[in-house]
Amino acid sequence: MDGTYPFSAIVGQEEMKQALLVAAVEPTIGGVLIFGDRGTGKSTAVRALATLLPQIEVIANCSYNCAPDTPQGLCQVCTGTGSRKSQKRRVPVVDMPLGVTEDRVIGALNLERALSHGEKSFEPGLLANANRGFLYIDEVNLLEDHLVDLLLDVAATGENVVEREGLSVRHPARFVLVGSGNPEEGDLRPQLLDRFGLSVDVKTPDDLETRIEVVKRRDAYERDPKEFLKKWKRRDQKIRRQIVDASSKLEEVEVPDQVLRLVAQLCVSLGTDGLRGELTVIRAARAVAALEGHSEVEIDHVRQIALPALRHRLRRDPLDEAGSSVRVERAVDELLAP
Amino acid sequence: MTDFALFDPDAWPGASPPDEAGWEDCITAAHLFAVDPAGLGGISVHARPGPACDAWLAMLRSLLAPGTPFRRMPAHIQDERLLGGIDLAATLRTGELVLERGILAEVDGGVLVIPMAERMEKAVAARVSGVLDRGYVALERDGLTEKSSAVFGVVLLDESEGFDESPPPALLDRLAFHMDLSALRYQDLSAVGEGFDGVRRARQQLGEVHLGEEQTVAICKICGDLAIGSTRAPSFALRAARSSAALDGRNEVTKEDLITASRLVLAPRAQALPEAPAPPPPDPAENPRGDDPQTNQDVSENDTITDILMDATQSAIPKDLLSLLQTRASAPSTGRMGRMGAKQRSPNRGRPIGARQGDLRRGQRLNVCETLRAAAPWQKLRKLEAGRGDELKGLRIHPEDFRITKFQQKRESTIIIVVDASGSAALQRLSEAKGAVELLLGEAYLRRDQVALIAFRDRNADLLLPPTRSLVRAKRNLAGMPAGGGTPLASALQLAHQVSVSERTGGRTPVIILLTDGRANIALSGNANRGEAEKDALTAGGLIRAEGFSAVLIDTAIRAEPFAAKLAQAMGAKHVPLPYADAKGLSAVVRSASRQNKGGVPRGDT
Repeated sequence: MDGTYPFSAIVGQEEMKQALLVAAVEPTIGGVLIFGDRGTGKSTAVRALATLLPQIEVIANCSYNCAPDTPQGLCQVCTGTGSRKSQKRRVPVVDMPLGVTEDRVIGALNLERALSHGEKSFEPGLLANANRGFLYIDEVNLLEDHLVDLLLDVAATGENVVEREGLSVRHPARFVLVGSGNPEEGDLRPQLLDRFGLSVDVKTPDDLETRIEVVKRRDAYERDPKEFLKKWKRRDQKIRRQIVDASSKLEEVEVPDQVLRLVAQLCVSLGTDGLRGELTVIRAARAVAALEGHSEVEIDHVRQIALPALRHRLRRDPLDEAGSSVRVERAVDELLAP
Repeated sequence: MTDFALFDPDAWPGASPPDEAGWEDCITAAHLFAVDPAGLGGISVHARPGPACDAWLAMLRSLLAPGTPFRRMPAHIQDERLLGGIDLAATLRTGELVLERGILAEVDGGVLVIPMAERMEKAVAARVSGVLDRGYVALERDGLTEKSSAVFGVVLLDESEGFDESPPPALLDRLAFHMDLSALRYQDLSAVGEGFDGVRRARQQLGEVHLGEEQTVAICKICGDLAIGSTRAPSFALRAARSSAALDGRNEVTKEDLITASRLVLAPRAQALPEAPAPPPPDPAENPRGDDPQTNQDVSENDTITDILMDATQSAIPKDLLSLLQTRASAPSTGRMGRMGAKQRSPNRGRPIGARQGDLRRGQRLNVCETLRAAAPWQKLRKLEAGRGDELKGLRIHPEDFRITKFQQKRESTIIIVVDASGSAALQRLSEAKGAVELLLGEAYLRRDQVALIAFRDRNADLLLPPTRSLVRAKRNLAGMPAGGGTPLASALQLAHQVSVSERTGGRTPVIILLTDGRANIALSGNANRGEAEKDALTAGGLIRAEGFSAVLIDTAIRAEPFAAKLAQAMGAKHVPLPYADAKGLSAVVRSASRQNKGGVPRGDT
């Protein structure tokens, strides 16, 4: 991942950056959807985050990134009689390119082995590679419907079940789903929209100063990537430490009853469906608190993350000119005033 | 929003007199691009196929190093050729998995030419855009995983002629230059150029070219003033300015380089004119390279670099775009981009969506890769079963291995709402129609429908909302619709017919919903003559009937006019008197109409 544009050098877009950090600290949040204008650095941000993720312990060469203490016994490394080595690696971020075929997503018969050895073996797909990591889909709204169905199913169960070509395989596939896209290319299916924990709107910066800074940094990076990376290395390292610290502290962050009550009120007043919205707000607020080094969630943490946690969960009212972001903002201002 | 001129095929494209500046600009763009193909992304060229386009392509090619890949890619390419896949012949011959690279990997280091880019599918454009961003092809297909370098520049040949065509905006955003050759005649062309030697020198120098802080600021300011949103645009302009300096053998970017870059990169992207009253457009014969400041009388000693740049850029805004920007009221910008957006629909017809077991008796398409995959594990066994003495080499494929490609075959509708925005009741009616459009769009995703809105008033009809499924786009376009004036019913019907035909070409079924009180009073000729207007309307209605488009006429008159019923009959439309149409009632009528329209049509299998 060397040579990727540094996360800390991204100008503005605070909501997007925060949402990605929250997802890195709290993987159960359900991922992040980044929707917005062209040329706002959506995929740059995701690729930049990939370089900041902490290390995890895996069994060396295991295709499913199994943890050393809980091998799933699926691949040859895990089932074999030989000794297993454990290894540290960065949390994987698997890119799902458009044009991917179903067999590479869920995994399929290993064609090479079948052709040359006449042997039937399972070749794990992208879902296996993304286990315990991130799965990133750029232009997620252009993904073919049958792949969306497939993803929804796996994301719901955390397990990938493959039944094809006489193979029957079942393996864990728990990943943080990150999608990005431009709403003008088409809307996202409501079922998939609902699946994302946080939803972020990115807009082209409209003040001149920010735009100049964006262009200047981009230019400096393209002219001399090495020098640029060196310049931002320390700030990136600081964020990396922040993620690690927050992840280790997350368990201990307390949520006071008063905050729980306010979040419940917020969700009721917005009429969000089910409990998912409430849970997401609380989990996300805990992650925000952890990132800021707090041991208790404060109202301010909720205020920071309520919009991305709720804006896509409102029942859509096409006649409401204001749009759901404004509705959430209004409710937040009313209930969570500082 | 009276951009009816855009719908007039005679007025678009290229009715303007040819000017040499256009050709010289295109030559300059080709040079700048040749110096830094991957950094500048590419060039979109609006031109009909013909000598101008051929001459330009040949010139571009002469600027590239001998042996540089220069490939043409059909706009409807399939994934296995675009991204890569199994090389079947080699795989079968060797018995080992052999990869065949796609065209994007093959063109690494070169230039990809995409003719008929206006017909390019959104899905293909998204794949090419992704590879442009990353610089490599990540192949995850047919059991293969492969990453191959793919750094290249793109030339889009935009052969669009109508209002509803344009190359995909996502791809256009990633190309520095948007040029127009359509106004040029062969005799305007003259061979100019540095040739490859000049370009090679410039390439070597490119890394040394210095750009000042105030120059970056100036370019960003121009983008702000012209309401250019994407941050790719200023970056491209700066890169183009560097290329321009390098071509001239300089290490410093000068004002002239910035002018060139701004004219070529920013002017065609303008979304608005700056708020301050613009100076009268300078002489069109102005030197396109702008390297002679004397030609621009507005330049004085005190002018800042931004002002100079702004003047030069504004004078380079294409004429049709300029007039559009000038006539545009406070309505949010769509402009040329709006026209481009009109093409934003994906013909879901016939996109392969996977394979399943099946037989080939019904003329289905065999999916060779999947079939081989199915057969592969059994080969050893089958060869053993075939027994001794069987010399037959190669693969043994049994009927149960056959896999056929499943295609997505959805029957989509495009609901075209045509609203009478004339007269006194207009505002009310218009806002109800807007409400209905948004209600319909709210459910459009699930029902796989698109919605378009035509409003007619005064002398003509406007396509306010090109067929879309995007609520975001609709909200933007529907803000600030004008109302009042005469009733040009015939123009509206003609436009509805035109849109319907183009939708049907795209594989969707049009449904026309006409909201009017039937008091036509403006004829096609523009005359305010009731008799003539009614006659024209009936004729235009006949066109719709002749094509067999389904239509509903919602009669909003308080006291029904016999003409409305007559028109409905001429159109072959259902006549629904609904004097107090509200958004909900309206969308109910539309829904029942589109259901009937779909009745009996089997849906595809997803």
